[in-house]
Amino acid sequence: MLAIYVLWLRQLKRYVRSRSRIIGSLGQPILFLVALGFGLGPVFRRAGNGNYIDFLAPGVIAQGILFTAIFSGIELVWDRQFGFLKETLVAPVSRMSIMIGRTLGGATIATMQGMVVFLLTLVIGFRPYSLAHLPLFIVLMFLISLFFTAVGTTIASLLEDFQGFQLIMNFLVMPLFFLSGALFPLSGLSPVLTLITQINPLAYGVDGLRGALIHSSHFGIGLDIAVLAGLSVIMLTVGSYFFSRIEV
Amino acid sequence: MTDQAIRVEHLVKKFDGFTAVNDISFNVSAGEIFAFLGPNGAGKSTTIKMLTTLLRPTSGQIRINGFDPTREQNKVRQSFGIVFQDPSLDDELTAHENMEFHGMLYRVPSQLRKSRIKELLDIVELWDRRNHLVKTFSGGMKRRLEIARGLLHHPSIFFLDEPTLGLDPQTRNQLWNYILNLNKTKQITVFFTTHYMEEAERMAQRIAIIDHGKIIAHGTATELKVQTHTSSLEEAFLSLTGRAIREEEASGLDKMRLRRQMWRRH
Ligand SMILES: Nc1ncnc2c1ncn2[C@@H]1O[C@H](COP(=O)(O)OP(=O)(O)OP(=O)(O)O)[C@@H](O)[C@H]1O
Ligand SMILES: [Mg+2]
Repeated sequence: MLAIYVLWLRQLKRYVRSRSRIIGSLGQPILFLVALGFGLGPVFRRAGNGNYIDFLAPGVIAQGILFTAIFSGIELVWDRQFGFLKETLVAPVSRMSIMIGRTLGGATIATMQGMVVFLLTLVIGFRPYSLAHLPLFIVLMFLISLFFTAVGTTIASLLEDFQGFQLIMNFLVMPLFFLSGALFPLSGLSPVLTLITQINPLAYGVDGLRGALIHSSHFGIGLDIAVLAGLSVIMLTVGSYFFSRIEV
Repeated sequence: MTDQAIRVEHLVKKFDGFTAVNDISFNVSAGEIFAFLGPNGAGKSTTIKMLTTLLRPTSGQIRINGFDPTREQNKVRQSFGIVFQDPSLDDELTAHENMEFHGMLYRVPSQLRKSRIKELLDIVELWDRRNHLVKTFSGGMKRRLEIARGLLHHPSIFFLDEPTLGLDPQTRNQLWNYILNLNKTKQITVFFTTHYMEEAERMAQRIAIIDHGKIIAHGTATELKVQTHTSSLEEAFLSLTGRAIREEEASGLDKMRLRRQMWRRH
């Protein structure tokens, strides 16, 4: 238990200290909100879909979480190359608790990052329909964070170095985001795109956030939470397995 | 308790058919300072990793204070401290936080943790810098911090993998003074690897010379010289292996390490 806490705390301290990273990571959400929100807003409204900024904000929050979570999982590669991982692996604690501590730490900072982006969307003009679902919103952010941190950690357990990193960004993270319905409504899509969004875990995350913030959900919040929680458990199990096999 | 701190019998490690450690056996007594002397790629780090539960041996037996690293991992882990060849500190944390987290991972009770951190940081002369981020430290300071951290949970065996690699002579001396002092006052067993002849000769009570994964000779420095009818360890090594310990040109591994360090500063 103490080991989990130590590794969690370490991630948190690193995050809070990396102010430039936090600020730097706000660039993309701002770009999406301004360029797409204000650029496509009029078209969106004319098509009878309502306020695009309100629609977009949950998607942009999900994007902030996705990137932070994957990155903090991938940070394992860094620790492995530059040594801190070894310090934890020779300590008298189980691999399982190291993996869980790291993942919970990553998930916590991804949730905090989601909160920061949320505040940013408020500044830019997003108005949630009510704040009654704020706890639900936070739970959903945490589940998205947990799942994608576990994905990042699992990938990192299989990577020897950063060679594969660009590949992961281009062929996993970007498609996950663009095909999640973060930018467009899920109803009335072509059958292929419908199928893709149905198997994209982030789609359930975006949908859940939309449900909590603007009370419009395509799959239903219950299903969103169930899918994210189930996938998190699966991914943590798979990740723990691969993590336990790391040799340094 | 046995008075053999480390017992190794017929230890072998193969990586996909390549034999990095090839059937080595040796003992280290409790309280002894023991050196593993060998060139790049000899199998020094691979041996240390097997002794410290990081790698599973392909075959052979290890006992650390009587415990088997493949089966009684936590007992073994609790009983040793280690300074790795490559730095293993968290650069984004302060010296004190690195110590604190180590103490928590090893379950050192908080009062005791506090006093030991103070004591050890004083010894390595980093107490004044305790609240500075490690990334602002020089190579020598990082090494000193790693030594202090490795001793925080009062291990009975201390592994040091090339502890003085890349440090200037003055810092090297200073580091060894700490280590020798600890060996004397706390009876800590010290197992270190090096490719500096004079370091092995001056610091270790016994030396094992390892090359291509095999221990080709072991004994005190004097014994090694007598065995080979030579007058210095340098010559003894030359006569045993047929070559000097390290070619002037940096090996592939060293180049990689250098690249890593540059990466890190990116
Ligand atoms: N994980 C691994 N996979 C494959 N080969 C490895 C692995 N680790 C080490 N080796 C090989 O085993 C041999 C011994 O390596 P080791 O790191 O133990 O040498 P060393 O004596 O510590 O050398 P150095 O002085 O450079 O640190 C080398 O040839 C190395 O390339
Ligand atoms: Mg080595």
